[in-house]
Amino acid sequence: MEQLTQDFLRTKKLPHIWCPGCGNGIVTAALVRAIERAGYNQQDVVIVSGIGCSSRAAGYLNFNTLHTTHGRALAFATGLKMARPELKLFVIMGDGDCSAIGGNHFIHAARRNIDLNAVIINNHIYGMTGGQHSPLTPTGMKATTAPGGTLERPFDLLELARGAGATFGARGNAAQPRQLEQLISRAANHKGFSVVEALSQCPIAYGRRNKLGGAVEMLREMKDKAVSVEKASTMDVDELKDKTLSGVIYSVDAPEFSEEYYRSIGKA
Amino acid sequence: MPFEVVSGSQAAAIAVQRVGVDLVAAYPITPQTAIVETLANYDAKGELGCDFVSVESEYSALACCNGAAAAGARVFTATASHGLAYMHEMIHWCSGARLPIVMVNVNRAIGAPWCLDPDQGDSLSQRDTGWMQIYCSGAQEVFDTVLQAYRLSEELLLPCMVVFDGFYISHTYEAVDIPDKEQVSKFIGPSNFKAQVVPGEPGNIQGIIPGEIQHQLVKKRSETMMFAPSLFEELNKSFEKIFGRCYRAVEVVAPIGAKTAIFTAGATAETVRWCLPKMEGTAMIQLRMFRPFPAEQIRSIIEKNNFERIVVIDRNCSVGVGGILAQELKAALYGMSKLPAVHDLILAGGIDLTGEMLGQMVEESDGNVKTGYKWGDELL
Repeated sequence: MEQLTQDFLRTKKLPHIWCPGCGNGIVTAALVRAIERAGYNQQDVVIVSGIGCSSRAAGYLNFNTLHTTHGRALAFATGLKMARPELKLFVIMGDGDCSAIGGNHFIHAARRNIDLNAVIINNHIYGMTGGQHSPLTPTGMKATTAPGGTLERPFDLLELARGAGATFGARGNAAQPRQLEQLISRAANHKGFSVVEALSQCPIAYGRRNKLGGAVEMLREMKDKAVSVEKASTMDVDELKDKTLSGVIYSVDAPEFSEEYYRSIGKA
Repeated sequence: MPFEVVSGSQAAAIAVQRVGVDLVAAYPITPQTAIVETLANYDAKGELGCDFVSVESEYSALACCNGAAAAGARVFTATASHGLAYMHEMIHWCSGARLPIVMVNVNRAIGAPWCLDPDQGDSLSQRDTGWMQIYCSGAQEVFDTVLQAYRLSEELLLPCMVVFDGFYISHTYEAVDIPDKEQVSKFIGPSNFKAQVVPGEPGNIQGIIPGEIQHQLVKKRSETMMFAPSLFEELNKSFEKIFGRCYRAVEVVAPIGAKTAIFTAGATAETVRWCLPKMEGTAMIQLRMFRPFPAEQIRSIIEKNNFERIVVIDRNCSVGVGGILAQELKAALYGMSKLPAVHDLILAGGIDLTGEMLGQMVEESDGNVKTGYKWGDELL
């Protein structure tokens, strides 16, 4: 297993460019193990990414990888999937990338229920450009574009996707990489548009500015706040305050777009 | 006047703060981000005195500026590269709407593949959108041009793009003379252009019209923009009275007897300026105003100085044609009785211009061959 995972990495491109303490590497490793767990052939897997810290992952993964424009990864992936529906697509995006400029593509991919696996690394900040607030920055948190704390309200990404028609939504975090790996693997096995929100830490551009400590403290807080869907069902509203739901939040069956399309033209 | 050591990006942001705008809308993109961050810091300290809207895309930034300017607000936004390309529809739209919007673009290459290096193709490829474009060669010019852009824009009711090179200017620090708000207000004054959206006076603006009317509007817009070079010179006279320095739409540095002139815009002009003393018989024509293209001024400079050869430095490339400045220059020279040779050095992508390259280019540009070009990597 160790050797195979190594095969999925472009080891010549390492070490990566991420800052010390960044969670992107943890999420990328979980993705690699999940692909392995799903049992896909290396040549059948395509990784599509947008632009930003998270999207650099595409450069380190030893599959067909497509590093696309800001926010548009899902639109590129939709074209790929429709042209070659047998391919297994994983779309890596950041919170800023996916939910700002990418917001429109995100809801339409969900609406079509096209079989793409969206992995959104949510570190609550635009990291690569130095720490501007994103549509997933919690209200009141500081950023270079909100030195006094942002007044804006963040999206609940999974609820947004569900409202738009996504059929699988899960949330994991960088502090619990084994669970994250399982969630991505389940998303891979789900037919339809799957969203995995991977909470992650950016100690440099987010943690430091908001006095959240270093990577260790941020990971600890992430872990402490995480409550599984099962456990949450036994807790009341007060107990759930300030907690983050983790695990598979929803998973339903619905017709998948590329399959329906090829059936409609008699090629399925 | 107080000098401060600031980056080109900071100079732009401080100028906006000194002008006193009503609304800033922006989205982060390298290498422009420091402009927005500096403005956000002013906002947090209560020193910006305007609405600061941190939007979800560059398109939204310019749309937000359009809405605010239609309501009579003085607005500002800044972007770069892919951000500018993403705004493309709105860039046309704001000019057609005759709104005096000022935007800074920090030059950066456009993909694919991704590249962060300075290439002027992002803004030059917006040349047909109906915006005035002014290129700066240093941080002082950036500061001063932002002030002047508001005057130009508000007098002609046309948007203006202030452009400077990423990293060379945006991220390097220089001593910049930064006047206070009071001083700046002597030049700028409050905005007094007419709002299009007025409470109590309902109307449909930016609506649909037939082609015949659109024809008239485009004609009027184009004719109005033609006033920009002379207005720029006029504005600079009053600018000089207040600040003690001034600029021209096209600047020339010509040692006596120079037969060759290097023609360029942006940070490369500064490189050329420094190299000129070592290049005997060579002059420089620095293009500041690119839109409208000051053809008359350029022809008169060339005629007056009897330049026989022009070496253009193009930090861009219109693929399939060549350098954009060279194309524009050649079009402007059409019909001149004594036509100089035009040779182009194309630095598209991200190649540094060195003194050695300049020397080699000038040496190898044969005055008997009327036109030619070289790629930067051929001179390395």
